[in-house]
Amino acid sequence: MKTIAVHNNETIHLEKIPILSYDEFFTLVSSLMASSLYHCVNYFAYPEGDLWRLIGMIANDETHQIHLLSHTVSREEKHKRLPSLTAKHYALHVFEREITETTGIHFEGHPWAKPLRYAHNQFDLNSTIAQYPFYKIDSPQLHHVGVGPIHAGIIEPGYFRFICKGEKVLHLEIQLGWQHRGVEPLFVNKKTLLQKNILAESIAGDTAIGHTLAFVKMMEAMGGIEIPRRLSIERTIALELERIAIHLGDLSALCADVGYQLGSAVFGVLRTPVINFTQLWCGNRLGKGLLRVAGSHYPLNLSLKAVLIQTLDELEPQFKRIAKHTFKSTSILERWEHLGRLSVKQAELLGVVGMAARSSGIRRDIRLSHPFEAFKEFPYEPVVFKLGDIYSRALLRRREIEKSMEFIKKLMAILDESDLPAPYAQEQIKLAPESLAFSLTEGWRGEICHCGITDKQGQLIYYKIKDPSLHNWMALSVAVRNQEISDFPVCNKSFNLSYCGHDL
Amino acid sequence: MFKQIEILKNHGRQYIPDVTQAQLPDIFRGRPEINPQKTGNEEKLARLCPTGAILLNPFRLDLGKCTFCGECAFADPQKVRFTNDYKIATNDRQKLMIAEGEKSPIEIDSVLVRKEITKYFKNSLKLRQISAGGDNSCEWELAACGNANFDMGRFGIEFVASPRHADGIVITGPVTENMAEALKICYDAVPAPKLVILCGVDAISGGIFADSPALKRNFLEQYPIDLYVPGNPVHPLTFINGVLSLLKRKFI
Repeated sequence: MKTIAVHNNETIHLEKIPILSYDEFFTLVSSLMASSLYHCVNYFAYPEGDLWRLIGMIANDETHQIHLLSHTVSREEKHKRLPSLTAKHYALHVFEREITETTGIHFEGHPWAKPLRYAHNQFDLNSTIAQYPFYKIDSPQLHHVGVGPIHAGIIEPGYFRFICKGEKVLHLEIQLGWQHRGVEPLFVNKKTLLQKNILAESIAGDTAIGHTLAFVKMMEAMGGIEIPRRLSIERTIALELERIAIHLGDLSALCADVGYQLGSAVFGVLRTPVINFTQLWCGNRLGKGLLRVAGSHYPLNLSLKAVLIQTLDELEPQFKRIAKHTFKSTSILERWEHLGRLSVKQAELLGVVGMAARSSGIRRDIRLSHPFEAFKEFPYEPVVFKLGDIYSRALLRRREIEKSMEFIKKLMAILDESDLPAPYAQEQIKLAPESLAFSLTEGWRGEICHCGITDKQGQLIYYKIKDPSLHNWMALSVAVRNQEISDFPVCNKSFNLSYCGHDL
Repeated sequence: MFKQIEILKNHGRQYIPDVTQAQLPDIFRGRPEINPQKTGNEEKLARLCPTGAILLNPFRLDLGKCTFCGECAFADPQKVRFTNDYKIATNDRQKLMIAEGEKSPIEIDSVLVRKEITKYFKNSLKLRQISAGGDNSCEWELAACGNANFDMGRFGIEFVASPRHADGIVITGPVTENMAEALKICYDAVPAPKLVILCGVDAISGGIFADSPALKRNFLEQYPIDLYVPGNPVHPLTFINGVLSLLKRKFI
């Protein structure tokens, strides 16, 4: 094999990543991706001297391995053309779009080669977000509906353009990039470890724990730091608490979007004690400040543990009662069932990850396939549903909430007052020189990948973030086809994708 | 139906009766207090601060830049202490600069409040929220302001879907270049007189993104800012109390 296989949270010397000709690279990636065991966790280009180095990271979900391979292109060669892998494996479409936007390399045969996020450091600096080339169908029977970038609710900006026949959606195009803050270069430019940590908390504030965990794990891998079991367990509890809180909020919003006020109010209120516990733990309802590299300011001590057990014990019966009622109500099922369907085949083709994948019959979960933190010691069996409609995505949340509560209780049973984690030292750490390190975590939306590259002096020179939304936005477009446009809001909510996580 | 009644009964009353008196746990990082005594760590703290919110000679902390990470208080608990006082919104940017020994609450400067604000909006204020690069944490908390716990709607303060229905805008996020035009169009669509509220550290100063070349913040220099609401993210109680004080509302 002309790849090198590594595991989650591993650091590898850049020289060890095989550099292949594009032909070999193309053949190898396509042959790996042909099997449903493999999926692409990241594919990006970074500048290495006067070269662009394209790094592919293809995960084998059964062997827990990730295959790394690379290809180089001279930066002098403007407007280089390469055959598109997307033409064979559609799941790579978004990665090739990003590489084109960054490097100017054109992928021939890409079916949807459009700008991705109009980044400030893009190759074509003359291209602006107002010039986005929308797909058009000219017909007197069709009309276009544009929504955005500012939406009706208190949510982030994105532009949705529907092509409709009457009330029916034939096509939805989602244009993003409005939220682009230049996060990735800031990881390199910000000099202190603390600054990078704060930045990680702001990639997507609703996934502060998920993204910051990916960041700290990546830095610890790069710095060769082993953390105690206790800290691993505490971090896992924080991650699962975040999942419970956001899933509860989502169920509330899913009820609100179909006009079910009782469910909306009760699920919404049930979220409060969970985030208020996080506030009691670390002073912030979203968990900002909780995760730090190689230590923690906020050990989960016995009194906090007692509060958490009590919170979950009170939550559980109330949650079960409202969930049972909601999922039996015919007026709700009428709006959730068979709507916004993403078939198993579509999900596989698009390379969907996380909740959306598991609701469409794909057993894809980093907690199982590439375990990290406490999931190494306590295996997690993901929840999977087949139908791929709004109902499945809602039901998945219900089951995941129950499962996470159970999982947290299991972890807490082994926490005692001994070996509390070391306090965060607020110091710089020494990173492995000329290396690539990465870390995968399963946030509530799905898999998050953070990847760092260092130079000879061990300074970070490149940082790459992948939010699960990057894979999944296209799935939303596909799921609303041939549906009433009025069903879009609830369908959108059932995916609940991140704008800032995508735009970075 | 009996099931629904049972759920409702169990749900009980969830609203916070008096949002002006609610208590947050001590661990919550609200208004900081700085010890006037020198501890010798002042320069170290200024270097440590991830967003340069700590300034020297004299030592002070700018809440408009602070991400409330609390690291300064961990590094030198003698010098900086974060209290759980969540009432930190003000209409005077200078009041966000916390000096040594300053222990008084952060308040609205009533002289600076434009007359039309209290005249027209005292009993009803409709706001249009604009996220311009926000990370969805402030947005999340602003949405929570209207939930069954905080119930901001009881004061006649609500978020609306259209700028045409709004009396002002609430900006979150550091204002990205890609959102700059949409922000201006939305602001222009709000009928005058109108408010501008900056919500969260990213909106007030750019926060951790302040030096990013992907931002375009000149909109904020062109219009008067009526309220600064610090936080990362803003706590719902900070926002609600800030707006109530701005409107000079007598509390229920």
